[in-house]
Amino acid sequence: MKLKKKDKPTPAISTASLPDIVFMLLFFFMVTTVMRETDLKVKVVVPQATEIQKLEKKSLVSYIHIGAPTETYRAQFGTAPRIQLNDAFATPSMIAEFIDKERAARSEQEIPLLTTSIKADREVKMGIVTDVKQELRKANALKLNYSSSLRTEVY
Amino acid sequence: MPRAVPEVNAGSMADIAFLLLIFFLVTTTIDTDKGISIKLPPMPEENQPKNDIRIKERNVLQVLVNANDMLLVNGQPLDIKGLKRRTKDFIDNPSKDPELSESPQKAVISLKNDRGTSYNIYIQVHNELKAAYNELRDARARMLYGRGLDQLSESRQNEIKDFYRQVISEAEPEG
Repeated sequence: MKLKKKDKPTPAISTASLPDIVFMLLFFFMVTTVMRETDLKVKVVVPQATEIQKLEKKSLVSYIHIGAPTETYRAQFGTAPRIQLNDAFATPSMIAEFIDKERAARSEQEIPLLTTSIKADREVKMGIVTDVKQELRKANALKLNYSSSLRTEVY
Repeated sequence: MPRAVPEVNAGSMADIAFLLLIFFLVTTTIDTDKGISIKLPPMPEENQPKNDIRIKERNVLQVLVNANDMLLVNGQPLDIKGLKRRTKDFIDNPSKDPELSESPQKAVISLKNDRGTSYNIYIQVHNELKAAYNELRDARARMLYGRGLDQLSESRQNEIKDFYRQVISEAEPEG
């Protein structure tokens, strides 16, 4: 038996709802986007580790970047690793002030939950990291996180 | 009679929305911050007398890292790859070796590095020590409750974490 094929033109898919879908996606991305607040002036490639934990509340994290200045700043600041707080290069003695400012911006209940995340380049030496750690201890900011990326192979 | 308001052509709406969408897609960085969490010891008070707590030598695992990123564990050189195994043996001491810790609760890990030690190896050491504790905790959870640590209730998790309490004392580096 032969099936008779009707030569019916396929109906065009309605694209009327397309803008709605796209807008929905758009709003999703607008809401979830966090614009980078600070310009990185130091090169940071974080070390890899297996036992990493997620930092839960992003608003309760203050960042300290440590690394060699990027090419633009090399002529001025050299290649020795430096500390960056917010948008400027800093010395370890400025950390106490930085922590105070971070605390002042939060409500009282949130202060004990504040975490400091050290984003240091894997190439830096411990000397500068130790200085930062000592300053944090002095400022009584004891919750610390060493930012690392996931390594899949296990020793 | 009011004039009929001409309808706005919405045909290009999708194009505009797409343009915006692509802009946000490109600029978005959903970077979840991850890392190794530790708690720093509080600064000792100025007038506080120095009380050196005596800990039996067998209960301390001394990990030294020098400026050339080489490890010395209790006086013996060790590769980073063997650190986890060594730490687990030290904490748990299944063979009741008189050289290793008396019990997991009494075990203390002392970590000391040089100012010239690289940050990378420092993180790797921390990682291995943490991994040793995590594996021991998980093994205990499986032995007692037949499930992994992350599947237990919070009180049971805390109970196991207390059993294998992670005590890492970090000395200030010299040099």
